[in-house]
Order: sequence, then C-alpha cells, then structure tokens
Amino acid sequence: MAEFRLPKNSRIQKGKTFAAPAGAKRVKRFQVYRWDPDSGENPRVDLFEIDLDDCGPMVLDAVIKIKNEIDPTLTFRRSCREGICGSCAFNIDGTNTLACTKAIDDIKGDVKIYPLPHMPVIKDLVPDLTHFYAQYASIQPWIKTQSPAPPDKERLQSPEDRRKMDGLYECILCACCSTSCPSYWWNGDRYLGPAILLQAYRWLVDSRDEATGERLDELNDPFRLYRCHTIMNCARTCPKGLNPAKAIAEIKKMMLARASL
Amino acid sequence: MATDNRPLSPHLQVYRPQLTSVLSISHRFTGIINSLGLIVVVAWLASLAAGPEAYEQIVGLLSHPVGIIAMAVWTFSLFYHLLNGIRHLIWDAGWMLDLKGAYASGYAVVGLAFVLTLLVWGVIL
Repeated sequence: MAEFRLPKNSRIQKGKTFAAPAGAKRVKRFQVYRWDPDSGENPRVDLFEIDLDDCGPMVLDAVIKIKNEIDPTLTFRRSCREGICGSCAFNIDGTNTLACTKAIDDIKGDVKIYPLPHMPVIKDLVPDLTHFYAQYASIQPWIKTQSPAPPDKERLQSPEDRRKMDGLYECILCACCSTSCPSYWWNGDRYLGPAILLQAYRWLVDSRDEATGERLDELNDPFRLYRCHTIMNCARTCPKGLNPAKAIAEIKKMMLARASL
Repeated sequence: MATDNRPLSPHLQVYRPQLTSVLSISHRFTGIINSLGLIVVVAWLASLAAGPEAYEQIVGLLSHPVGIIAMAVWTFSLFYHLLNGIRHLIWDAGWMLDLKGAYASGYAVVGLAFVLTLLVWGVIL
C-alpha cells in the first residue's frame, strides 16, 4: 500500500556541520544522509564543506574524501570507481545514479546525497538489498535448456540473436531504476520492479534459452509484471542509459502474442 | 543483529519531480477531476429536467467567475486525460518508448491540451 509519509523512526533531523578548511577558495557543500544503528536516534543530514581544489572530480571522490579526512564513520559501498560494479548507487541531487560517474560540476547548489529511496537503511548510505536480490533469484537468471548440450562445442548464437540482448546485458543491477520507481516504492513487496524485469527479458530473448514459456508463466501476475504503469522514471535515471520500461513493454507484448495464438 | 528498527530511506521527500513522474501522477489526478466534473454535468442535466427555475440556478452558479474557472480546469483535465490516454495506448503498442519519445510526447500532450482548452473557451463558447 502506498504510504506517502516516512515512518516515525525514519524522519530526518538536523545534523552536524563540518566547515571547510581556512583558505579554501572553491567550496562546495555536501548534504549527506546519516543513520547510525547503534545510536538509537533518527536519521540526520550532515553538512560537509569541501574544497573542490583539493578533491577529485566525481561525487564519489568527495564522499571518499569525507571518509578519509573528515568523518571516518561515514559508511557507504563502493568498489570499481568506473561505473561497472554498481556499488556506489545513491540518490544524488534528486535522482538515482552512480556516485563514481556523476561529476560534481554537473550539480547546481548543494550536493544532496541520500541512500537509494524507499529502502531499509543498514547504515548511512547503505540500503538493505536482500529483497532486491531475492527477487532477482526468483526469475532464475541462468540458462535453462531441454535439449542436450552439443558434445564438442558451446551452444552457439548468431550475431543477430546476440544483438537482441544489446541494451539488456549491460545492466549492472545497481538498483537505481527500481528504487526510482513509485510503483516499486508502493508495491515492491510483490512487484518485481524495472531492474529485475529487464533481467527477466534478457533471458526471454536469449535464443539459447529454452524455458521461455515457463518464464512467462512465472511473470504472468497482476503484481510481478503488471504494476508497471509506464512512468519511465527507470529509463530517466539509469546510469548506464538502458531502458527497463521498453523491456517491460516487450514482456507484455510477448504475453499478448502468446495468449492470442 | 536487530533489523526491525531500520529506518526507511526518504523517497517522495527527496526524489526530484520530473516530466516522467509528474505526467504520470497527473493522469490519475485528472481522472479524479473528470469524475467530479461529471457530477456537475449530471446536476446540470437534472436541473434541465426539473424545470426553468432549477436550471436558472445551476446556470447562475456556473456563470459565476469561480464556476467558469472550475469548468475551464475541468475542460483542460478532460483533454489532458484523453490525450495522455492515447499516449499510453501508443506506448502499449511498443512505440515511442525511449526517453526522447516520452519527453516529446509528454510536452505535446500538455501543449495540445492547452490549445484544445483555449479553442473550446475562446472560439466555441
């Protein structure tokens, strides 16, 4: 059910301010969501003033600088710093994206950094993705076949069939799209959300997979698939430029084509 | 580790309103406004059947500046809901489902709804 207000324990309080070092010329203010599970207090937003002349160009550079030099308790996920691992997905400047590929200069005013929206928070910028991963496992994201594998080679795929997976295989499961989707906010317990449905479509169009009917049976559900109302926040926010809304529409078309046989 | 006290991260509170989400929620709101406006239409028809005095009363209310503004809003709401419904039908057929298409068709729907509303109130009425 749609619950528009944050629960009592989630409402945000005013946090601490960390001023820029004296003599800093190019100061940018970073507002960062904080929540400490051990404090028993509500979340807060801390304000960090950063000297951009002494900081890398990306939002992730600033977040790492804060952890290294100002407040080592700041907790967040990061790994590859080049947009391929999907760890540093935050809500930055109002939309979800990867901190490592978002330039600080692209943001006007204060840089506001929150965890991915409408998720349980483990600490600071770290959301609990357990349910998201369980939903991913539920679509059985591996090749399923009935025919025996060729004895002497791989299962081959023509270049045309391979091209059908362009725009799908690039997904890094960062969860930016799913957590930008109002439908996923209100019905995420049962709706699979854009990321998982794009992955589901990736297996539906894979010419080597032989479980298409079974996969469609699993998705044919008012909630799992049909909570998509083509809002298109997903395509708008995807840091890889993919289009989950299109993939979901293609699944719906496959359902129709199958029903009208 | 206890997990039941975990806060929910902010959503509507921090997510930037953008054409995609704003037009989507507007579709629902205009649907509600359309239903409310229909009640007025029914009252107008009922007054027509109830005789000249009742009819005069309703027409008097609707010719009041507030009534005119409400009816103009309702007209816009009707056109927006109709056009955006067609936009959704096009999407359901699998067309214009990229960001460019979503933005172009979104602006077109809002613009056309304005033009049609102006046409109804400026030219026809």
